Amino acid sequence: MAILTLDKVTKRYKDFVAVDEVSFEVEPGTIFGMLGPNGAGKTSTIRIITTITGPDSGHVYFNGELLNKSHPSQMGYLPEERGLYKKMKVGEHLLYLAQLKGLSRHDAAKKCKIMLDRFEALDWWHKKVEELSKGMQQKIQFIATIVHDPVLLILDEPFTGLDPINSNMIQDEIYRLRDKGVSVLFSTHRMENVEEMCENIILINHGKNILMGNVKEIRNRFKENLFKVSYKGELPKVFSGGLELVKKEDNTATFRIPNHDNANHLLQFLITSGCEIKSFHEILPSINEIFISQVKGISHE
Amino acid sequence: MSNKIWIVARREYLSRVQKKSFILVTLLTPLGIALFSVLVGLIMSAGGNAEHNVVIKDDTGIIQKIAAEDKDFPYEFSSKAVSVLKEDYASLGYDVFVYVPALRDSATMRIAASYYSKEKPSLVLLESIESKLADQIEIYRMRKSNIDQKLLDSFKANISLENGAMDPNDLSGSAATGKLNIIIGTALGGIMGFMMYMVIFIYGSMVMRSVMEEKLSRIVEVMVSSVRPIQLMMGKLIGVGGVGLTQLAIWAVLIPILLIVVAAFLPGADPSQLSNMQTMSQVDQESFDGFSGQQIIAAIFNVKWWLILPVFIIFFLGGYFIYSSLFAAMGSAINEDMGEGQQLMLPIVLVVLIAFYMLFPVLSNPNGNLAVFASLFPLFSPIIMPARLAFDPPWWQIVLSIILMLATVWFFIWITSRIYRVGILMYGKKATIKEMIKWLRYSE
Repeated sequence: MAILTLDKVTKRYKDFVAVDEVSFEVEPGTIFGMLGPNGAGKTSTIRIITTITGPDSGHVYFNGELLNKSHPSQMGYLPEERGLYKKMKVGEHLLYLAQLKGLSRHDAAKKCKIMLDRFEALDWWHKKVEELSKGMQQKIQFIATIVHDPVLLILDEPFTGLDPINSNMIQDEIYRLRDKGVSVLFSTHRMENVEEMCENIILINHGKNILMGNVKEIRNRFKENLFKVSYKGELPKVFSGGLELVKKEDNTATFRIPNHDNANHLLQFLITSGCEIKSFHEILPSINEIFISQVKGISHE
Repeated sequence: MSNKIWIVARREYLSRVQKKSFILVTLLTPLGIALFSVLVGLIMSAGGNAEHNVVIKDDTGIIQKIAAEDKDFPYEFSSKAVSVLKEDYASLGYDVFVYVPALRDSATMRIAASYYSKEKPSLVLLESIESKLADQIEIYRMRKSNIDQKLLDSFKANISLENGAMDPNDLSGSAATGKLNIIIGTALGGIMGFMMYMVIFIYGSMVMRSVMEEKLSRIVEVMVSSVRPIQLMMGKLIGVGGVGLTQLAIWAVLIPILLIVVAAFLPGADPSQLSNMQTMSQVDQESFDGFSGQQIIAAIFNVKWWLILPVFIIFFLGGYFIYSSLFAAMGSAINEDMGEGQQLMLPIVLVVLIAFYMLFPVLSNPNGNLAVFASLFPLFSPIIMPARLAFDPPWWQIVLSIILMLATVWFFIWITSRIYRVGILMYGKKATIKEMIKWLRYSE
C-alpha cells in the first residue's frame, strides 16, 4: 500500500489555481521526485500534505487513512525556505524542534547527539546558530527533519547551497533512510539528482500534473532512438535502411535509427563498411531535457 | 496539542529572560526610578528654599504699620524715594522691589502695585507677595470696622465630606484617612493605568517584532510542519506574557525597596513627596499636607491589596492578550517594509491612546458614567478598570468587566490566529486591513 496518495487534489486561491487535480502515489521505501519550474505548485502541494493548508477538493491519504492533523508527526518536512533562531545554541535548537515533533526532552537529547555525531558535528552543540556557515545550518535543519524517525520525508530543494561533500553526506543519509523503509518525497527544479535518486517522478506545471511515472520508463518513453558510436577508421558516405547521422565529431558519431528497428542493424552496417567499433551505447534523453521540452510544450500550447 | 504550546512558550520565555538586555533593563529600571526620585527631590528642595529679598515701598501707610506687628513678615520696607529704589534696589541687595502707591480711598477693592525685578520672578513668588500685602490691608480694615479676628474666625465652617457608605465600625476610617484613601486610590489608579498602557506597548511590540522576525527569516516555514500556527502564536503570547509578569513582579519588589532606601538616605526629603513624585498622577503635591507619615502608611496598608493585586493581574493578562494578539496578527502580515507595519499599528495605537487619556477624567470621577462605560468596554477596560479598583467599584462591574474582557480575549485570539496563519506564510503581498479581512474567510 502506498504511504501517500493524492487523489485529484485541488487548491484555489482567489485569482488562480495553485494545484489543479494533482494525483500521485508514493510507494514505501522509494524516493519520489516532484519536479516543476518555480511557481508550479510544488510548495502548495507540500503544504497540503503537511496539513498546513487543506485542499479545496480531492483527498489525501496517509498510510491508507484520510489525512488528518495527527499525521504530520510521522512526516519530516524540510522546507525550501528555512530559517533557524540565530541566537539559539545548536543543541538547544535541535532539542526544541525535536520536542515539537513529540519527543520527550530526554529522548530528544539522546537522538540529537547521535545525529550530530553521525554528521560529524557533535562539537557544535554549544555554538550559536549564527556562528555556523550556511551549509552547517542546513545540516542542522536536515537533522531536525529526521530526528523523530518519520516514515515520510518531504525534502524541498535539500541540496541548495551545499558543497559537494556535504551534499553527498546528506544524499547518503537519504539512501540509508530509504533502505530502512522510509519514503521520500523529493521536490526540486534541479534535475541533476533526480535521475540518480528517484524511482518515480511527477512533473507539475501551472498546478497541473503533466507527466508521471518511473524514471527509466519515462526516459525510454521519450527516447529518440539515438545511438552513440566511437570508432576508428572512416564512416561510410551513404547510409541505407533509414539510418540517419545526427552528429559527427572526432571519431564519435550519433545516429538515429528508425522506430522499432534493431540497433544491431546499425552495428552490422558500420562493421561491414570497415569501421572499428570502440564503444556503442544508446542515448536516452535526460530528465532535464524531457522537463524542458514538456514545460515548453505546455506553455506554448 | 496544548503540550506544544508550552514547549513554544518555554522557549519564548527562557530565550528572553536569559538575555543580558532583559536582566539589565529589569534591574536598572528600578535603579533609574530611584535615581530620578533623588534628583527630583533635590531639585524640589533646592527650588523651595530659594530666598528672595523683597523690598517694599509702601505709600498707603497701612501695610508697613500692620506688618510691623508680624514677626514673620518676610519682606522689608524702605522709606527711600521710589525713583531711587527703582534704580538701586539691586545694588542695595534686593531681588525684587515692590511699589504700592497710596490708596485712592480707604475702601477701594482693587489695588494696583508694581514690581521691578532683574530676573523674571516666579508666579509663586508674585502670588505670595500679593496675598501677604492683601492680608495686611484686610487686617487693617477689619480693625477699623471693629471686627475682631477671633470673631471672624468663629464664623468659619469646615465641611469634611465622607463616604456615607463606608463601614461605620471601621475605626481606621476617620475623616482624614477617608480622604487620604481617595488620594492614595487616585495615585494607585494612575500608576496601574499607566502601567497597563506601558505594558500594552512594550510587550505588544515585542510580540510583533518577534513574529515579524520569524516570518522574514523563514523560521515559521520550519515550525508550521510540526506546530499549528495557533499553537505557535499562543505559545509566543504566553511566553512573552510570562516575561512581562516576571518583570513586573521583580519591579513590584525592587522599586518600593529602593525608594525606601533612597528616602532614608536623602536628607530632609519627605518620603511621601518622593513616592508621590513618581506616580505620574495628577494628585496635587499639597494633598498630602496635613497627613502624618503614619497615617499615610496606615492608609496604604488599608488598600485592599488582596483584591486589587489579583484583579490587576487578571486585567494585565486580559489587556496584554487582547492587544498583543492584534500586534501578532499585524506582525504576521508585514513584509520587509517596516513602514507598512507602522501604518497597520496606527489604529491600535489610537485606541490605546484614547483609553490612556480617559484615565484623567475617570480618576477625577471614578464612579461616573464615563468611568463605568470605559471600564466595561473591553478595549478600554484593561487600562481603566485597574485605575478604578482603589475606589471600590461595585462587584458586578468588576465581574462583568472581566467576563466581557475574557470573551474579547477569546474572540480576538480566534480572529487574529486566522490572520496569523495566512500572514506568516504570505510573502510579497502588501498587507492591508482589507486584505487581512479576506484572510479571515480562507479555509484551512
